[in-house]
Amino acid sequence: MRKKDIVLGLLAALFLAFVLSPFASPWPDGLERVAEDKGFLEKGEVEPALASPMPDYAWPGIKSERMATSMAGVVGTLMVFGAGYGIAALLKKNEEH
Amino acid sequence: MHIPDGFLSTNTWVATWVFSAGGLGFCIKKTKEILKDKMVPLMGVMSAFIFAAQMLNFPVIGGTSGHLLGGVLAAALLGPWAGAIVIACVLAVQCLIFQDGGLTALGANIFNMSIIGTIGGYFVYRLIAKAVGGDKGVMAGVAIAAWLSVVIASSACAIELALSGTSPLQVALPAMAGVHALIGIGEAIISCLVIGFVIKARPDLVYNYEEE
Repeated sequence: MRKKDIVLGLLAALFLAFVLSPFASPWPDGLERVAEDKGFLEKGEVEPALASPMPDYAWPGIKSERMATSMAGVVGTLMVFGAGYGIAALLKKNEEH
Repeated sequence: MHIPDGFLSTNTWVATWVFSAGGLGFCIKKTKEILKDKMVPLMGVMSAFIFAAQMLNFPVIGGTSGHLLGGVLAAALLGPWAGAIVIACVLAVQCLIFQDGGLTALGANIFNMSIIGTIGGYFVYRLIAKAVGGDKGVMAGVAIAAWLSVVIASSACAIELALSGTSPLQVALPAMAGVHALIGIGEAIISCLVIGFVIKARPDLVYNYEEE
């Protein structure tokens, strides 16, 4: 993969996360819908095992809901890019030794 | 279908954590053996792309949405083992940073979407791609495997809910598989759009493409 392809791929992901994510459907997803219809949604209303810094993909402290989602999307995209790249580089390095 | 904390019994989430840890350990071993230089940045780009695409919920039927899972998409480019690692990596960040899926349920979420959805989906894809042959085979394989991976992963989720005593199997299984049969159509369309683009632009990035 050339540098140009990496940049283009990452830009495509950032476009989805920054520009499109605020317009995603707010409706419950398949599992949430089933949980609601079949009456077990409240089982999930427990204290989460771990408090996350940005629940529901909202950057804290930004008033505009859309901007909060966009910012969370960009940060998340960069984080998983780093994580995926980093794990791969680590596996590659380990193999060469 | 990211399971939150509270839906699964302790027995179920511990068992799925153990299965997933073992499965990912195997994936790491296999990935080390086959990892090519060009795949290293691709694992980063695919993680980023699938994370971003998973944020884009699309409406399926009145009041219900779905989003890409991306397992077959990742595996078509990276192979089943590195593909599964990418999906697990996305799920882990979603859980730890965005509270999308519970930490106790992360093992089950990885088991359903990364181990079953991605690795299982890959072998369905290969089977169809080989049987049909050529680019048509790749596209048909991606479409069918993408759809199936979502339905199978949601069925596994239903089984875990039943084992946990959250919802009986005869209720959870048809409900989960039914709604995800619709969401799976979106999965197939998005996966085909991306793979169709990659085949045109950079066919060398498709895993084992030269063998087709």
